Amino acid sequence: MIGDGSLERFRREGRIVVVGASLAGLRAAETLRDKGFAGSLTMIGDEPHEPYDRPPLSKQVLLGKAAAERTALPRLRSVDATWRLGVPAAGLDMAARRVRLADGDEVPYDRLLIATGVRAHPWPREAEAQLDGVFVLRTRDDSAALARRLEAGPKRVLVIGAGFTGSEIASACRERGLAVTVAERGAAPLVGALGGVVGAVAAEMQREHGVDLRCGVMVTALEGDASGRVRAAQLSDGSTVETDVVIVSLGATRNTEWLAGSGLGAGPRGIACDAGCRAFDIRGIVTDDIYAAGDVARCPHPLFGYQFLSLEHWGNAVSQARIAAHNMISESTDRIPHMEVPAFWSSQFGVNIKSVGVPSLGTEILISQGSLKDHRFLGVYGYQGRVIGAVAFDHARWLPFYQELIETTAPFPPSFPTVDRRSDGQRPIDADFPDPSVPTHGPTVTLGGYSPADRRMTFTPAH
Amino acid sequence: MVRIAVDLNRCQGYAQCAFLAPEVFAMHGEEALLYDPEADEAQGEKLAQAAAACPVQAVVVDAVDASAEAVPGDR
Ligand SMILES: Cc1cc2nc3c(=O)[nH]c(=O)nc-3n(C[C@H](O)[C@H](O)[C@H](O)COP(=O)(O)OP(=O)(O)OC[C@H]3O[C@@H](n4cnc5c(N)ncnc54)[C@H](O)[C@@H]3O)c2cc1C
Ligand code: SF4
Repeated sequence: MIGDGSLERFRREGRIVVVGASLAGLRAAETLRDKGFAGSLTMIGDEPHEPYDRPPLSKQVLLGKAAAERTALPRLRSVDATWRLGVPAAGLDMAARRVRLADGDEVPYDRLLIATGVRAHPWPREAEAQLDGVFVLRTRDDSAALARRLEAGPKRVLVIGAGFTGSEIASACRERGLAVTVAERGAAPLVGALGGVVGAVAAEMQREHGVDLRCGVMVTALEGDASGRVRAAQLSDGSTVETDVVIVSLGATRNTEWLAGSGLGAGPRGIACDAGCRAFDIRGIVTDDIYAAGDVARCPHPLFGYQFLSLEHWGNAVSQARIAAHNMISESTDRIPHMEVPAFWSSQFGVNIKSVGVPSLGTEILISQGSLKDHRFLGVYGYQGRVIGAVAFDHARWLPFYQELIETTAPFPPSFPTVDRRSDGQRPIDADFPDPSVPTHGPTVTLGGYSPADRRMTFTPAH
Repeated sequence: MVRIAVDLNRCQGYAQCAFLAPEVFAMHGEEALLYDPEADEAQGEKLAQAAAACPVQAVVVDAVDASAEAVPGDR
């Protein structure tokens, strides 16, 4: 905006609409108010619930230590918003600056934040997906229903896909004493996110805890009994698993369909935006009134050669939300870029797994502390001679040090002497990531090309 | 009722919170922290102490009255 007082007026009486009322949407709303936005704020969310936290849904809730209904996010401040919950946004008119809701209502905005996240990939065969006992896990309702079913003591649980969510589910089931089979198309659990060297440790952990882990296989069909309850699963190696609960954990799909035809640079890989969270249109021109944050956003990251990263991480949703909110109500010269180092955590089979940077970009790994055998170690990932990521298994306290190496683009292998004598690795080895063209369960970091609209191949511009 | 989230990227597993409010926070394995995402008002005092004692300020609790911020139509 130009220095004619219009920004001041907007901050005083403008209209901001947030679509997606979850972690990123809520934290953005709080930041807008914190930074003095006094205009009207509308929160649109398709779920009927106020914003809640998802990480406990595959951990505390499945362990029976918390109720799915009691996971609402703490409020950092009052947001004084109009809430439109239980109704999805169904369309966007960029020229008229209006969001269309599925119930036909239209909500006008001066600035729009899109934080519609992702949803779980359903089981691809629809009739089988409808069988009683077949679940996905993304929402509070999914988690509540699954927890109830686990409480009832199924004979065997089958988890399809051993990414983070699938592995956490398997862990919770084992801790509850349930028999669990995990089927993973890749060579090991977590292989898409952390590579085969670390994946082998994850596989050992699963087996030591009594998981019937089957890697390199695909589930080809689910079978129901006469009353429509799931009964068994067929695997690509010809075997059959008898099971009464199946959890489909095949990764996520970005919630961008409602933007189709709007002219925004949104597609199956997410919404392309600049480092300041401003969304691109399909022509590759950045908009100044539409922002994106959280799992649905795809942002160029300065530390990773400005490649477009989609991150399905809690910390990323929080930090992008704050940056988008700040930039939405700031003069262009006061805007700030999103450059936080990616980070996530998971806990499974009693082990605390944490990571910084982007391990999946790495080609080599060095075990710099601890040992793979003990399942307690620190692995550093290298890419073209620099440190690009790190992962800790019960070694989290050391991660800030590695984060600094990533931030300062330190050389790989790192030049510090490895002090830990039990350390496995004096030398880096191949990190053993699967060929990206062979799909696994879906990693939580997706790398895009450099073009803001990868969809261009299929896009025919209007005249 | 008080709502809780822990930024487990920040959490360094020092367990001060588990020491001060064991009904809400517990270590799970050597390093991982499990917490109850919603505590009773009766835990309020201890919870505030735990949040304040966390050396990396990873514990996020309601800063406003939860019921005042309640959203119409929920539950
Ligand atoms: C089971 C589980 C465990 C997890 N554990 C961890 C963990 O241990 N560590 C970690 O770092 N991350 C974890 N995550 C990831 C983390 O929860 C996400 O990164 C985070 O929720 C992203 O927030 P978001 O607001 O961007 O998106 P979401 O939380 O996905 O929210 C998007 C919201 O928008 C709504 N929406 C979608 N389309 C529309 C529409 N058209 N109109 C209106 N509303 C719409 C959705 O229903 C949803 O409510 C976990 C996720 C899950 C599901
Ligand atoms: S006090 Fe803070 S750092 Fe320590 S375990 Fe609790 S949340 Fe984590």
